[in-house]
Amino acid sequence: MKNPLVALFVGILIGVGGLYFFLPYDPMSLGNSRVDAGQAQVEVDRAGAGETLRRVRQRGHLICGVSQGLPGFSSPDERGRWSGIDADFCRALAGAIFGSGENVRFRPLSAKDRFTALQSGEIDILSRNTTWTMSRDTQLGFNFIGVTYYDGQSFMVRKASGIETAAGLAGGTICTETGTTTELNVADYFRDRGLSYRVLTFEKNDEAIVAYDRGRCDAYTTDASGLYAQRLKLAEPDKHMVLSELISKEPLGPAVRQGDPQWEDIARWTLNALINAEELGVTRANVEEMKQSDNPRVRRLLGQEGNYGPSVGLSSDWVVNAVKAVGNYGEMFERNIGSETPLNIERGLNALWTKGGLQYAPPVR
Amino acid sequence: MARGQTGRKPQGGSRAAFGWNNPRVRAFIYQAAVLGFVIGIVWFFASTAQENLQRLHISSGFGFLDTTAGFGIIQTLIPYSEQSTYGRAFLVGLLNTLVVAVIGIVLSVMLGFLVGVMRLSRNWLVAKIAAAYVEVMRNIPLLLHLFFWYFAVLRPLPGPAESLNPLPGVFLNNRGLILPDPVSTASATAFLAAIAFALAGGFFLLRWARKRGRETGKYFPAGRVFLSVLLVLPALVWLVMGAPFELHHATQGDFDFIGGFRLLPEFVALVLALTLYTAGFIAEIVRAGILSVGKGQLEAAAALGLKESTTLRLVVIPQALRLIIPPLTSQILNLTKNSSLAVAIAYPDLVAVFSGTVLNQTGQAIEVIALTMAVYLTLSLLTSLAMNWYNARIALKGR
Repeated sequence: MKNPLVALFVGILIGVGGLYFFLPYDPMSLGNSRVDAGQAQVEVDRAGAGETLRRVRQRGHLICGVSQGLPGFSSPDERGRWSGIDADFCRALAGAIFGSGENVRFRPLSAKDRFTALQSGEIDILSRNTTWTMSRDTQLGFNFIGVTYYDGQSFMVRKASGIETAAGLAGGTICTETGTTTELNVADYFRDRGLSYRVLTFEKNDEAIVAYDRGRCDAYTTDASGLYAQRLKLAEPDKHMVLSELISKEPLGPAVRQGDPQWEDIARWTLNALINAEELGVTRANVEEMKQSDNPRVRRLLGQEGNYGPSVGLSSDWVVNAVKAVGNYGEMFERNIGSETPLNIERGLNALWTKGGLQYAPPVR
Repeated sequence: MARGQTGRKPQGGSRAAFGWNNPRVRAFIYQAAVLGFVIGIVWFFASTAQENLQRLHISSGFGFLDTTAGFGIIQTLIPYSEQSTYGRAFLVGLLNTLVVAVIGIVLSVMLGFLVGVMRLSRNWLVAKIAAAYVEVMRNIPLLLHLFFWYFAVLRPLPGPAESLNPLPGVFLNNRGLILPDPVSTASATAFLAAIAFALAGGFFLLRWARKRGRETGKYFPAGRVFLSVLLVLPALVWLVMGAPFELHHATQGDFDFIGGFRLLPEFVALVLALTLYTAGFIAEIVRAGILSVGKGQLEAAAALGLKESTTLRLVVIPQALRLIIPPLTSQILNLTKNSSLAVAIAYPDLVAVFSGTVLNQTGQAIEVIALTMAVYLTLSLLTSLAMNWYNARIALKGR
């Protein structure tokens, strides 16, 4: 018994020693680096700055994570072109970077896979009707850059059922999809009120909506905007209605990986610029004329004054290109989900702050 | 073993034997070096992942298992509520997977044997029906089976308000099959004990009867005695002490029935799809096993005057099983793993609950996926172990 043990020990020594020899860096220093983690963190962040923009430029296009098909937010049309407010935000970003909104590839992701795709660097930005929550912002390793759509969770029910409030669903079965905040909101809502419910969680909304249509559940729940979109998929949309009651706050917005502050700034200020453009009356049609405007706020926004684009690594006419790609925020909204579309969603919370809504962008100055 | 094979016995305790020239020592050093290398690689990847997670501010570790889950699950075999932890949700998912796998395995083996034997039938129609079954079932992707059976099960069923009510207390609608809930009473323990006692007694009785039959040739009708004891003993308890359980009927609520024991349509569809699909493969394995038994064996049995049923029981099946068991093990493993497709039709199995919802709430992909993989690996290894043990027991033994 003695000999094999000695041999085992010698072997492990040789093995570990050999590995040590081939390692690209000194593994013993790993432990030490944790001692001054704060210092290391600063260095890592500095090293990460600008890396995403450099990679995107090198690649020649932006990779944008979108949904697998949510009309009005991101869905492919009959010719395979992605449309929707989330898809358009990526075009605006591509416009700001490349000068053309077409330098973008869309990657459809399930609700379940979206965070891993962003964490692992498979996509540059996640623009996929994703709710901004604290745990997602702090624990998952990415940052939300703003709100493209203020939403809230609601329920779709059959008109014939006579249900008018969410509490009226007590004892019923509710269909939803996995990997979203909706599961938790439903649980909170009914638990708060001491009501019973059953939740049926599908992997994809396609199956969930079919199950609802076949009568497997009494209600289908997701963000109100999503309900309007999904209702169009039902056999008889007119026989269903979306409850006006909202049971949660769902600020939907794009997110980027943490660790590259420049990239974060680019994404955040592209969104702010689109909202500011609406406020200042800059549209896709008049953006070239507006360059000659005397209004200093417009001149700063469109790069006629100041050094705003170059400060984040872009050209000075970045906003001109972004607006040329998709129009301002209001145009994006109306074209994709507003009154011109079958979804016919009112601006409501998403109107500009000057018009009684919540959309308020910090100034470009 | 190794010593016996090489035929060279190292001189025990001799110093000269220990060194580079001893092949056994050399082999050990090589293997230990590889082991060390593998450990080192794993450690290298783990520490790199750890570093990167820390750098990206992604939380890591298994502490999340103690955090409140906060979401509901539609089918729970153990008590679970929204206040339960992620660890509890993991157990709920695991049990849901196990129950589907076990029921699916039992049903698919039974159906597979039936179809396999049918395919060898001398009746043309029966043989062709079995052949058609095999070709249709095993050549359609499992996911399509799932959707087909799910929506096929759902479509004809009425809503809860127009439930079918074939028996008192039994309701069938598109929310599931709702049965009266058996709630145990005071005599339940005695009732279950009677069944357990009858089963245990029967086991020893059968063993004793077989041993005596082999040694003395005397026949004892153990099977019949066993069955009657199994029926009479619990029945006696029932008569003397009263019913062991009461049936609590479900009551009609606003939307749905309240209470009762329910089989979800998702569960039924999943079991159906897994069973029908896997049975197609098992049927072919069974057919191959039976065909492998040489014709001479059957002729010899016939020459000895054995009945056809006795030939099947004592000559064909024991030999066929030796060929059937190893590939059957693979099918059983496949069925268990295939049950992870359940999330497509909203059955809350381990993958749906844990690597679906929990992964999304916590974002800890590495831990969640590793744990899920570990579960399937453990289940598969345990199944293999049990099947290999059984295989070794029935294997041809040289006498």
